[in-house]
Amino acid sequence: MASLDRVKVLVLGDSGVGKSSLVHLLCQNQVLGNPSWTVGCSVDVRVHDYKEGTPEERTYYIELWDVGGSVGSASSVKSTRAVFYNSVNGIILVHDLTNKKSSQNLYRWSLEALNRDLVPTGVLVTNGEYDQEQFADNQIPLLVIGTKLDQIHETKRHEVLTRTAFLAEDFNAEEINLDCTNPRYLAAGSSNAVKISRFFDKVIEKRYFLREGNQIPGFPDRKRFGGGTLKSLHYD
Amino acid sequence: MSFLIDSSIMITSQILFFGFGWLFFMRQLFKDYEVRQYVVQVIFSVTFAFSCTMFELIIFEILGVLNSSSRYFHWKMNLCIILLILVFMVPFYIGYSIVSNIRLLYKQRLLFSCLLWLTFMYFFWKLGDPFPILSPKHGILSIEQLISRVGVIGVTLMALLSGFGAVNCPYTYMSYFLRNVTDTDILALERRLLQTMDMIISKKKRMAIARRTMFQKGEVHNKPLGFWGMIKSVATSAPGSENLTLIQQEVDALEELSRQLFLETADLYATKERIEYSKTFKGKYFNFLGYFFSIYCVWKIFMATINIVFDRVGKTDPVTRGIEITVNYLGIQFDVKFWSQHISFILVGIIIVTSIRGLLITLTKFFYAISSSKSSNVIVLLLAQIMGMYFVSSVLLIRMSMPLEYRTIITEVLGELQFNFYHRWFDVIFLVSALSSILFLYLAHKQAPEKHMTP
Repeated sequence: MASLDRVKVLVLGDSGVGKSSLVHLLCQNQVLGNPSWTVGCSVDVRVHDYKEGTPEERTYYIELWDVGGSVGSASSVKSTRAVFYNSVNGIILVHDLTNKKSSQNLYRWSLEALNRDLVPTGVLVTNGEYDQEQFADNQIPLLVIGTKLDQIHETKRHEVLTRTAFLAEDFNAEEINLDCTNPRYLAAGSSNAVKISRFFDKVIEKRYFLREGNQIPGFPDRKRFGGGTLKSLHYD
Repeated sequence: MSFLIDSSIMITSQILFFGFGWLFFMRQLFKDYEVRQYVVQVIFSVTFAFSCTMFELIIFEILGVLNSSSRYFHWKMNLCIILLILVFMVPFYIGYSIVSNIRLLYKQRLLFSCLLWLTFMYFFWKLGDPFPILSPKHGILSIEQLISRVGVIGVTLMALLSGFGAVNCPYTYMSYFLRNVTDTDILALERRLLQTMDMIISKKKRMAIARRTMFQKGEVHNKPLGFWGMIKSVATSAPGSENLTLIQQEVDALEELSRQLFLETADLYATKERIEYSKTFKGKYFNFLGYFFSIYCVWKIFMATINIVFDRVGKTDPVTRGIEITVNYLGIQFDVKFWSQHISFILVGIIIVTSIRGLLITLTKFFYAISSSKSSNVIVLLLAQIMGMYFVSSVLLIRMSMPLEYRTIITEVLGELQFNFYHRWFDVIFLVSALSSILFLYLAHKQAPEKHMTP
């Protein structure tokens, strides 16, 4: 049981977008009945079959770390949150489709999580502004999920979906839009389920199969090579 | 003609205040949320604008700006409008927002919000009974009835905030109360936090694997059990699910522990930042201010006790008394009338500005602490209501800080209220609030160092 390998994926986003419901849906295939405030960090585990259906199929644990809070929190809360950002293998960014501010805050969230590892190397300390170059250089796979799709009226759907498509493009990530209170969005075989499965596969690949036996994740490599020279391993 | 000019000046200033309230709403309160119902923003800004107009009229009174009769007219009009807003509009809209959030009652929301508003009016009216706030010559439906009740609520709020603020201010400013926090303390706590998270993860892994095996064997229940399902599960309990509930309980306990550890770590980081801040210039300045404020706080508590014990209400305002002292005891002669006007203007101005600023900051903190994306509208409306009541009662109490010749307009406009009662009530609530804040802070301070002394 504990002999399976593990990867760590962060789930980030503003308060009230539905991260806890999403994590519950992903890990237990059930809708969360009574969502409440997440204080600190709540973790759940999903058992994932890497390369399902092929001869190389292997089972892994995916730890989903749902970090609560807002981007505008006091710096003491941010420093405490930073302890959860160690050795992260993937990030899921969650935003609320009915709330534009939550989508805009995703840039700050991703910078907060990524900067945690960039600062010790002395590379590119930003002031919190969005910088396209940083995301191009980023080794950690990202996934953007928009929630509360059912609350968007039919007529506005096209406009909202265009906006989120631009957002996902900025992060160089896939995107999924769903409603966390309805399991059919992630039903086996649906396009959303395929995207999620592909994302987890990518995370596992980057963690275990691109280092050729070197088990340390990407950032110490960056320290040694002075940044940016790992682009040759950048697959997409 | 002068009336028209005066009115246009008043209206311009009201529009300015409205704009300021609008900006404050957008930039400060709602900076993390999306404004979906502009009515809420309008109501908030309107309440703010009319409250500020009252303060403006006081300043005009002292400075002698504008025609006296037009000032009186605007006073009356402003008062009527503000009472209309505070007693009719905002409570009704609060009820309406609450009812709209509940899906069941959505169809007849107007009806239910009217019912809610009537309940509010009933309790609001009943509020006036135990207090001796009216003289018997007032009729049932007069402005004095409404103002007196609004005044009671507002004065209670003011005294509560004042009492807590007077005690909390020196506590936060002075570095004497800062606990000693080192980096090793923080690292130790962080390590415990991560260890707890690891334990939670390993238990969840076991649960996930157990669920998967059960699912593959076709034993798992995916839907919540109905009545017969529960009876059946009593008779034929699967051993797998029993294990799961046990592990789930352990996980719940561990998660509670992780939350506690997280909050403690955040607390330690905050204290560390404060220690670093207190070593800077600004920090030292605030530390000094803290000593000054603690003396001020002790003096205020002392005065409040004296007022209550000796049943004394100050007859003269601080400005006149200060001038009397300087003239009589220090022998300095100067033009009393001229100086009393300017000094009272400055004093009243400072009181007004600090109370507005203090209230807005407190409201913002409150809002950040308790609102979520669903309830933000209701909370903002509640805050608008509190703000309106607060400002109306400030006008009531500020009367005591003004020299006699300026008090008359307030007395005229607000009617024959028992002003002494309000000051006594303020003193009582202030004393209660300050003493309970001292007790509360003492307990909190005592309990905290013991928490992270344990290895």
